[in-house]
Amino acid sequence: MKAKITLNWTSANLFSNWPNTFTTLVIVYLAWQLIFPLINWALVNAVWSPSNASLCRDTARPGACWAFVADKYRFILFGTFPADQQWRPAIVIVSLLALYALSAWPIVRRAQLIAIWIVGLATIGLLMWGGLFGLSYVENERWGGLTLTLLLSTFGIAFAFPLSILLALGRRSELRLIRWFSIGYIELIRGVPLISVLFMASVMLPLFLPAGVSIDKLLRAQLAMILFAAAYLAEVVRGGLQAIPRQQEEAALALGHGYWQRIWYVTLPQALRIAIPPLVNTFIGFFKDTSLVVIIGLFDFLTTIKIALTEPRWTGFGVEAYMFAALGYFFFCYPMSRYSQRLERKAAPGRGISTTTEF
Amino acid sequence: MPADTTGRNQSARPIFHPRHRAVVYQALLAAAVILAAWYFISNAVENLLARRIASGFGFLSREAGFEIGETALLTYSASDSYLRALAVGLFNTFRVALPAILISSLIGMALGLARLAPNWLLAKLASAYVEVMRNVPLVVQLFFWYAVITESLPAPADALSPLPGVFLSNRGFAYPTLAGQFTLALDYPALSGFGFTGGGSLSPEFAALFLGLTLYTAAFIGEIVRAGILSVDRGQFEAARSLGLSGRQVMRFVILPQALRVIVPPVTSQYLNCTKNSSLAVAIGYPDLVAIVNTTINQTGQAIEGLAIIMLVYLAISLGISSLMNWYNARIALRGAQS
Repeated sequence: MKAKITLNWTSANLFSNWPNTFTTLVIVYLAWQLIFPLINWALVNAVWSPSNASLCRDTARPGACWAFVADKYRFILFGTFPADQQWRPAIVIVSLLALYALSAWPIVRRAQLIAIWIVGLATIGLLMWGGLFGLSYVENERWGGLTLTLLLSTFGIAFAFPLSILLALGRRSELRLIRWFSIGYIELIRGVPLISVLFMASVMLPLFLPAGVSIDKLLRAQLAMILFAAAYLAEVVRGGLQAIPRQQEEAALALGHGYWQRIWYVTLPQALRIAIPPLVNTFIGFFKDTSLVVIIGLFDFLTTIKIALTEPRWTGFGVEAYMFAALGYFFFCYPMSRYSQRLERKAAPGRGISTTTEF
Repeated sequence: MPADTTGRNQSARPIFHPRHRAVVYQALLAAAVILAAWYFISNAVENLLARRIASGFGFLSREAGFEIGETALLTYSASDSYLRALAVGLFNTFRVALPAILISSLIGMALGLARLAPNWLLAKLASAYVEVMRNVPLVVQLFFWYAVITESLPAPADALSPLPGVFLSNRGFAYPTLAGQFTLALDYPALSGFGFTGGGSLSPEFAALFLGLTLYTAAFIGEIVRAGILSVDRGQFEAARSLGLSGRQVMRFVILPQALRVIVPPVTSQYLNCTKNSSLAVAIGYPDLVAIVNTTINQTGQAIEGLAIIMLVYLAISLGISSLMNWYNARIALRGAQS
């Protein structure tokens, strides 16, 4: 019985007519040609242990050199955080993942979630900087690796989000000056590449501060990313606000609510619920974009991999290194993108359309 | 909104009257913006004075003094002005962004159709491609392709030659070009020393950037095409089939014209993204506009002017692409529908 269903499925989906059968055969043939050499290269012939690093250079044995990752994993995860203190960023990584998971869990209520996030982010800041409760102080030049990537994206979104709500409201405001300012800001930021905003933060910001005042590099980059993300998030929030029927606001007005009450209790909760899938997509884009700090020389996940490659022992293994980097980013982005696709399907059943946001 | 619906205590406290409040809010914002601008600008003026950097665009006519790896059709040498260097950078941006837009549209169209194909394997393959591309940062992909070209391809002496006259090596790609304007004779690249001479060539930087940008953008366009086709009502498809149109004709005359109306606006923003993303060139050392401005800023300290140039140029490109696409959109829009 089961075999028959499989057979039916196969004939309907793979061999329904001649072009279909031809496509199937071509794909199977190409896969046959590609998959085995790839498996041989990536798994069978691969070098896994740093102790046989010399095997990586053996031209008679064409295999991937994953030993590089095994040798450098601490640097790639934690940057140059003091070795005996690396349990701190390790806890930070785990708690950030827990925070994400918790936010996607429908049982947790909104007010609880905000409280959990505030406490969580404060604890994370304490763990990273230290200096209190017997934790030694670690200056932020030593933060790095995956920890830094997660911190940049999480804190970036956490601060950009409230800002973006204000900008979105400003763009829909009836007060002309406020509307013009919001439109100008959003369109200007969205019109230029993120790199130029990062350059601006790293080169130009010091020029605009009084002599003697300086903000460190990490904070400048974080500031730039917050200002950048806010403009994109604002457009997503505005999309949500526009989807709310006018009557909702008019009803609230009729009940005698003031502007902020209408926003906080009536419009915003509905608008944000609609906007969750594109918000998640924006977050994915933002998470990927943190990798651009490689250009201004912050030690994030990608930069640490790039730097580890410059060590003489590991030069020339860029293909493996960047495959690993890609895998790392994929590991975080793919579940998020599945999550937002699921929410979209729930919101609009029967329509398999996904909105794609990207900076 | 009628002005007196919300002001409950308006007679008691005129400051809370919505109309007055509106004036106060806007005045506050204007004051804050002006104060902040004044504060930052006065700091900048002081700092520039202290560093002896003359503000203004006078530096553009000065000698640049740096070489550019790729100048394509423009002639450029280190003794040329900054203005010329920037022009080369801008040209390089277009040189990679325009072909990337074109090719990624074609691949994206194919991907969108493949994702909806009746063949299960093909659909899954296309969707796996889209997922991988969309969930890996573009910079990582650029580094990867650059590594593939410079590390995995052989040296020019043992270059791969998939077609006669085409050579793939870790120094980039060499290909034959027409020898003269009115002839069909080809000028073939030939190995000499450590590289190829004759014919045309693409640097590894250009190749990696073009490849990465095209494959990445194609994934996003593929999703838009798929969504656009799905947005056409299924009844349209069935009606066209029952009129006796073939599958290809249904696509060409019924589905695509309707789908394009949904596809064009989001694809426009993908084209803009593609152009903006080409600025990642700086990561792998391709001299696009942003990379040249970056070098200029490092040499002259003219950070404000440099960033103003970047912003103006990208703003102009955005407006250019948008108006071109708006014109196209108006052409394919429903007749009689309000724009």
